[in-house]
Parts: sequence; C-alpha cells; structure tokens
Amino acid sequence: MILSAHTSVADSFSTIVENEEKDFTLRDGSRIAVVGGGPAGSFFSYFLLKMANAIDLQIDVDIFEPRSFKSCGPAGCNHCGGIVSESLVQVLAAEGIVLPRSVVQRGVESYVVHMDVGDVAIESPVHERRIAALYRGNGPREGGDAKLESFDDFLQAKARGQGAAVVRKLITGVTQREGMPSLHCSDGTEESYDLVAVASGVNSNLINMLDDLPGSFESPKTTRGYICEFHSTREEILATLGQAVHVFLLSIPRFEFAAIIPKGEFVTVVMVGEDIDQELVHSFLNDPVVRRTFPTSTTPCVCSCSPLINLGMRKRPYGDRVVMIGDSGITRLYKDGIGAAFRTGKAAATSAIFNGVSARDFEKHYWPTCRNIVNDNRVGKVMFATNAIMKNSRLTRKAMLEMAQKEQRKAGAKPHMSSLLWNMFTGSAPYLEMFRGTLHPGFIYNLVLSLFSAVWPGRKNVRPKTKVA
Amino acid sequence: MVRGALGRIYEDGECIVEQGRTGDSMFVVQGGRVEVVQTSRKGREQHLAFLESGDFFGEMAVFEKEVRSATVRAAGEARVLKIDKRALMTRIQEDPLLAVNLLKTMSHRIRQLDDEIARHKKTHL
Repeated sequence: MILSAHTSVADSFSTIVENEEKDFTLRDGSRIAVVGGGPAGSFFSYFLLKMANAIDLQIDVDIFEPRSFKSCGPAGCNHCGGIVSESLVQVLAAEGIVLPRSVVQRGVESYVVHMDVGDVAIESPVHERRIAALYRGNGPREGGDAKLESFDDFLQAKARGQGAAVVRKLITGVTQREGMPSLHCSDGTEESYDLVAVASGVNSNLINMLDDLPGSFESPKTTRGYICEFHSTREEILATLGQAVHVFLLSIPRFEFAAIIPKGEFVTVVMVGEDIDQELVHSFLNDPVVRRTFPTSTTPCVCSCSPLINLGMRKRPYGDRVVMIGDSGITRLYKDGIGAAFRTGKAAATSAIFNGVSARDFEKHYWPTCRNIVNDNRVGKVMFATNAIMKNSRLTRKAMLEMAQKEQRKAGAKPHMSSLLWNMFTGSAPYLEMFRGTLHPGFIYNLVLSLFSAVWPGRKNVRPKTKVA
Repeated sequence: MVRGALGRIYEDGECIVEQGRTGDSMFVVQGGRVEVVQTSRKGREQHLAFLESGDFFGEMAVFEKEVRSATVRAAGEARVLKIDKRALMTRIQEDPLLAVNLLKTMSHRIRQLDDEIARHKKTHL
C-alpha cells in the first residue's frame, strides 16, 4: 500500500481492519433481491426463507419478475421442454413439495428410442411414473381452453408462501453503490440490497449487464435449441404416443437428439444440436422415422421458439453480494436444467444463510455444488461425443438397438444399454454414473455380441471364441 | 383418483408395505389416503394413523436395516411415489439439509409417541 503524506499509519490500519471486518453476514432486516422468478429464483427464495425461519432470522426477499406465468404463449413462457427428472421428483417429494395433478400434464413411465433401424421402448426400472411432463408457463399460444397450471407459477407460490414478495418490474441493470448491489428498474427506480441472486437465465439481456459489479461475470457459452408445440386431442395423442416420451437418434448433420413429449392436449417437440436453424428443423420434422411416430405435417403447430441453451459453464458464478443460479450460472449439459436450478438455488441459499454473502463465502460453500456439475458435464461431453459417433454408424445403431431390445424382452436381464439410454434421455443420473456403467464387463461383452450380430445378422447366436486352458 | 399423474395407483386395501418384511425405500403419498396399521404378537391389528398427500412413510428403512415396523395400505384409491434409498442417500451426501425435512417428521412422530405412552400409563395407573 502506498501512503500519501497526509495519510497517517493509524488511518491506513483502520481501513484494512474495516475491509477485513466488512459485514457479509445476513442479519435481521437484510434485504435480498432475486432477479427472475423461474425455478432457480423460486427454489432459492423458498429455501432461503425456510432456512432463515428455522434459525429465527428475519429477512426480506423480493423476486423481480415482470411476467405472469399465468399467461399463455411467449408472455408467460420460459422456453423449456418441461421435463422434471426422476431424481428431482423424488427429492422434491422428500422436501415435502408434491407436484399437483393440475401441474403435471403427464406422468411418464417409459421412453421410446427411435432410430432408422428400429425402435425400442424402455420401461421405467421401477414400473412407476416418476418423471413429470409439464408446462413452465401456462401452455402454448392459441392453447384454446385447456386447463393448465404452470410449474413456474406453482413454485413461485411456494416461495410466496414462505414470505417472498413478487415485484412485477423489469430490471434493466445492476450497479454497485457504496459496496452494495443496486437494481435499476425500467420505471426509473433504483433499490439497494444486501444480496442479489441472478436467476434470469441465458435468454435475458441482464446477464450482459453485470460488468459494473465486482468479479468477472463472463457470459456462459450457449447454443440454439428449438421447441415447438402441436395441438391435438387427448385421445389422439394417447393413441399415437401413449404415456411415453419419444426420443430420436438420427443421422442428420448438426443434429444431437430430439424428443417428442405428450402433454395433455399438446405435444412438445424439443430439438438439441449445433445452432439449430429452419433447415435442420425441416429435415427432422420430415424424416420418415419422425413422421411414422407422430404426424407433424397434419397436426397444427401452435407455438415455436429457438431459445438459447447454456452449455453448462460460467467461470465464476458469484462475487461479493452477488450470486448467479440456475441457467444464469451453471447448469447440466443438455439435461435436467430444472434439477440444476434446484441444486444451485438451494446451495446458494444455504451458503448465504449459514456462511455469508462474500465472494469468498460463495467460493467455499456454493462453488463445490457448481464444481460437481461442471466436472460431471465434462464426462457428459465425452458421452455425447461417443453417442454422436455411434448414432452416425448404421452398424453401431443396430447394435445399440438390438442390445436394448434383448434386455427389454428378457425378464431379469441386466439392463446395461437400457439404463444408459434411460439415464441419457431422462437426465436422472449423473453422467459419471452412466460412464461407469459403460465400463462394466457385462456392458462391453453384450455390446460386442450385438456388434457381431449386426455384422452377421444370420448368425444371431455367435459368441466370441474363448481360449480354453 | 386421476390416472396418468406421478407415482403408482394402489386400489382400496392394497398393501404398500408389509410389517415384518425388509424394505429399501420410503414412500410419499401423492393423492388419496393410506392407513398405517400394526399387528400385535397375538395377531390383533391396531390402527395407528391415516396419512394424506405430502405425508411420507417407510423412512426408517432408509436409515436402518430393520424390517418394516407396520403395514401401510391404501384407504380408498391412493397414489403413492416410491423413493429409492440409494438415490436419497446420494443426494443427502451432497445436500445434508435434505435430511432435515425427514428429521422434522420423525421428531414429530416421537412426540406423538411420547404423548401416546403418557396417555397409556395414565389409564393403567
């Protein structure tokens, strides 16, 4: 430190002590702003207030969300496929959060994997509906008179039930004033808070407006997905798609995978790939495998969007008195975004209540949860790269299909490939767990057998020769 | 009871967990009502409680390797979600506060049990 002629040693010392003793602890009367009222913001607010209440801490939480999730179409939409994974459904139930029937559009009990070489239905390992297909907003535009209840609205009500206030204002910027983050609203007002949790997702401009805050909030890498809603009758959808989610592994350039999800009177089509454009959408919807599964050409499309998808990484999702949760910070690669919103929202709330709101506190107590997701995403990238190689070869597609079909046919068979496909598409297990499954000798042995069968289809019972000692 | 929602539907009187059997999962009622009963050594069945949406049971099997202490069956049609021990313990490892909700309910049940014992002693004095 350089001291000026007018600065006494005592003054300098007091400044150092003051900095060290800067109070980064939430106290009675502390004010917390949550920017974004989607799942990450609502989970964060819910757990923050629940934990504060458990230790008799009086805090105020304002959720800034200009949209009402009671509105149909883009006005109340959060651009998401709307699947709550098996693991999250179980964790929510253990937390005492039961998803009502009005929110769950369909309980999913099986996934059907479609390829050009054939299809395989993979049943839930527990033969129970533990995956929820739902709407984040209040359903698609031109949704007619369908009685839908929004998942985001349901969660926001949970946060309100704990005492959070919802402020219907758009945030246009976040700046730093006297060491405290300050929110600028579109109506010209400005409010200062002890902590700001950014939960506005990657489809909001807000994440590009955080440069004035301490810390470096580099924007996460994104790609474009595609979501489309088709409207039909419940009976027709049930007859065509049943209670299953249909996923497609097709050899189309830039295409990763797609899912067709039945939801009451609607069907949601979600596509993930490399910067999806109209040409890729057209190739997919007109693929013979897709057309034989669901008549997209004759069913009216009532709503569509091309949202940005976080590819899983933000270098440092926190700073002094600022924390980024859900899609704004770290999320799971391609899967289970709502699950990641739950994990990061709760971890950030726990850190803020029990440890403090400085960058150091978040680094020590919030970052480990994020790091687990980041490390798992690295394994996920390897898994998706392997999947891309396998789905682009007819031989490996046939082997994957045959192995899964055999497992589904034979009662009591170890579901090696079925578990891998189930977890890949449902997002129920960490990528690391899936990767470990692929190293199992049973998986490798059966895959080799299926590859032999795919090469020599006439010799189904071929077995690799074993050396006899 | 609405079919197509989460969990599994149990018909009236259908057994969900059986006293004396081993188990490795807990359950959360999603809709309808279930009845908890216990059978004494003499074979007399005693009603313990009715559980409704949001209530859970079978949680003891998650924390200890003992047989089920009571039978739980559907009272009317009920929708119940099963929670795997392994999945739950893995999440508790990452987020220990997840166990707080379970502890709260277990603590509430111990309190109820204390009251029951006190009442029992009073009537037998």
